Amino acid sequence: MSTVDRRERRSEVTAKVEKGKGLEIYLEQFERLENGAGGPDWLRPVRRAAIARSSELGFPTVRDEDWKFTNLAPLAKKAFALPAGGAPVSLADLAGFVFRGQESARLVFVNGRYEPELSDSCAQPGGVLACSLSESLELQPELVKLHLANYLDYEHDFFGALNTAFVEEGSFVYVPDGVAVERPVHLIYVSTETPAPAITHPRNLVVVGEAAEGTVVEEYVSLGGEEYFTNAVTEIVAGPGAVLEHYRVQRESRRAFNIGTVRVQQSRSSNVSCHGVHLGGGLVRNNVHPVLAGEGAHCLINGVFLPAGKQHIDNFMRVEHASPHCDSRQFYNGILNDSATGVFSGRIVVHKEAQKTDAKQTNRNLLLTDEAQMDSKPQLEIYADDVKCTHGATVGQLDDDAIFYLRARGVPEDTARTLLLFGFAAENLERMRLRPIRDYVENLITEWLPHGEVLKKLR
Amino acid sequence: MLEIKNLHVSVEGKKILKGLNLKLNAGEVHSIMGPNGSGKSTLASVLAGRAGYDITDGEVLYRGRDLLELDPEERACEGVFLAFQYPVEIPGVGSIQFLTAALNAVRQHRGLEELDALDALRLFKEKVKALQVSDELLGRSVNEGFSGGEKKKNEIFQMAVLEPTLAILDETDSGLDIDALRIVAEGVNALRSPERAFLVITHYQRLLDYIVPDFVHVLVDGRIVRSGDKQLALHLEEYGYAWAGERHPAEAAT
Repeated sequence: MSTVDRRERRSEVTAKVEKGKGLEIYLEQFERLENGAGGPDWLRPVRRAAIARSSELGFPTVRDEDWKFTNLAPLAKKAFALPAGGAPVSLADLAGFVFRGQESARLVFVNGRYEPELSDSCAQPGGVLACSLSESLELQPELVKLHLANYLDYEHDFFGALNTAFVEEGSFVYVPDGVAVERPVHLIYVSTETPAPAITHPRNLVVVGEAAEGTVVEEYVSLGGEEYFTNAVTEIVAGPGAVLEHYRVQRESRRAFNIGTVRVQQSRSSNVSCHGVHLGGGLVRNNVHPVLAGEGAHCLINGVFLPAGKQHIDNFMRVEHASPHCDSRQFYNGILNDSATGVFSGRIVVHKEAQKTDAKQTNRNLLLTDEAQMDSKPQLEIYADDVKCTHGATVGQLDDDAIFYLRARGVPEDTARTLLLFGFAAENLERMRLRPIRDYVENLITEWLPHGEVLKKLR
Repeated sequence: MLEIKNLHVSVEGKKILKGLNLKLNAGEVHSIMGPNGSGKSTLASVLAGRAGYDITDGEVLYRGRDLLELDPEERACEGVFLAFQYPVEIPGVGSIQFLTAALNAVRQHRGLEELDALDALRLFKEKVKALQVSDELLGRSVNEGFSGGEKKKNEIFQMAVLEPTLAILDETDSGLDIDALRIVAEGVNALRSPERAFLVITHYQRLLDYIVPDFVHVLVDGRIVRSGDKQLALHLEEYGYAWAGERHPAEAAT
């Protein structure tokens, strides 16, 4: 694994570019935090470099190729405050956050703050560590120093840079070499009502050692929070032969902003699945960026997004094949209701040395109304000559023949539609290997779908 | 049980059924035979309530009620069942889930208690056995990846579960080998009863060796041109549809 440090290239705020009101506020916030003085020595220059880069980059606009379909103006003009106070969360509020039939290790954050009383203990069986980022700096300082902010490309990513500048709290999950843990780590980021609309910058680092196996579920959820901004980054480091199932369950408030990046660094023969379930959020950007850096690595990107009302969910996938003989599979299905909008950009980059790459991508979408809109854009950048890359996208409506078939058996039309919608998502759900987590996700989708309650009786 | 009077149906402005009359009583098995494009499948679709058909004249009474007024699901709940010529594959929707939803909708309508998942599954397993279909099919998505024969058997299996009053079989024999045909026919025959009527639509006489009809009707160009008993089917086999069409519709006794 490369440990070249490209984090300290920049150290001062230089450029003065056009900035939204939001950016001014964030720069001020950074200054108020004594220019990122907290935490270990090595982190300060990283933070400063990151804020400098945020300032230079500014909010992306629709003129940026990568943001063509997502207008960030509503976000850029808002001034979100670093959270102070906010409604508390009790254990009873979290009663539903369990995987039936499977114990999990929970880490709970409320408005960005780690809540040890609501969380399970750090040490897990087999030497597995699941702790807050601040705890990790005590428990595994070297490992955190080695990996944190070493993979995320914040040079070119405004939100990643902003998150890195404010990196303070989040999660650290570590599965040591050769350890296979069944118990999933469940990271729960709760937003509650706060005195002012709040911004949080959750930062997660997941390190899975050589031939180790683990499962991490990140969940972003509103329990009373309405308008807020979650700017999350997760870095995943998968060692040689490591196996990781990663889930990102996003059910923010429908007025919330959620910009999230999952950056995966894969060593040889590692196998990482990045599952996404996006139900909530007013404006959502879901970045998934695996780099297949070692030979024979396999990556699965699999997810569903179900925007309704005026929600906008932008899925931005960038799969980088940087080594030979790697496979990647992308399957994303969207169901868009009302006047919701959705985006799927699937970029596959095959580096020159990545011969025998096998990359596949499909994006299927259902539009339930005439007002709903979907933009699907595959992009292949191939610099190797012996590769297999396929992509396909469809946008359509529910199949009338299927609806009629169900109705002709006595199933009421509403139920028939709901069954078909669930069936459309089920294709992706079936790729979620752990049954208790799949059940959990199925339940959320069942509750989310119009007339979803009819499905409960049928399970 | 079913009375079709002077039924005229158009599809996208094209006249398909041009004054069809037909009467079925409980306990009877009627067969409709006819060449391609004569309107057989249109009749089946109209009876089941598929959208896209303009009824320009005539009426259909089912147990004294105007059938055409009812939604497809209401018809099913009232006991009308269509075995599809082309059963639809529905990925992601489990067969058990689908059939439980259907069965309980029908039961609820008939004033019966809904079955819980376990009792429903027990019923399905019992019914599926009779059709010599592996109950592994129950574990799959509706019709997904089924062979042609499996799809048709699955239709008859669903019929056995839903116990309709009027069953319409739309070319259920097409694409079946002789063994599958026999099994399907046995499934149908097992359901024959004095309370139930069947409308068996077919292109070939072959099916009628196994499902012996009480009446055979010949449909040509949107009208029934000949009616008779099972001998008519044999006659057709010998002389072809052209022979039947030569006779004036008015001569066709109903």
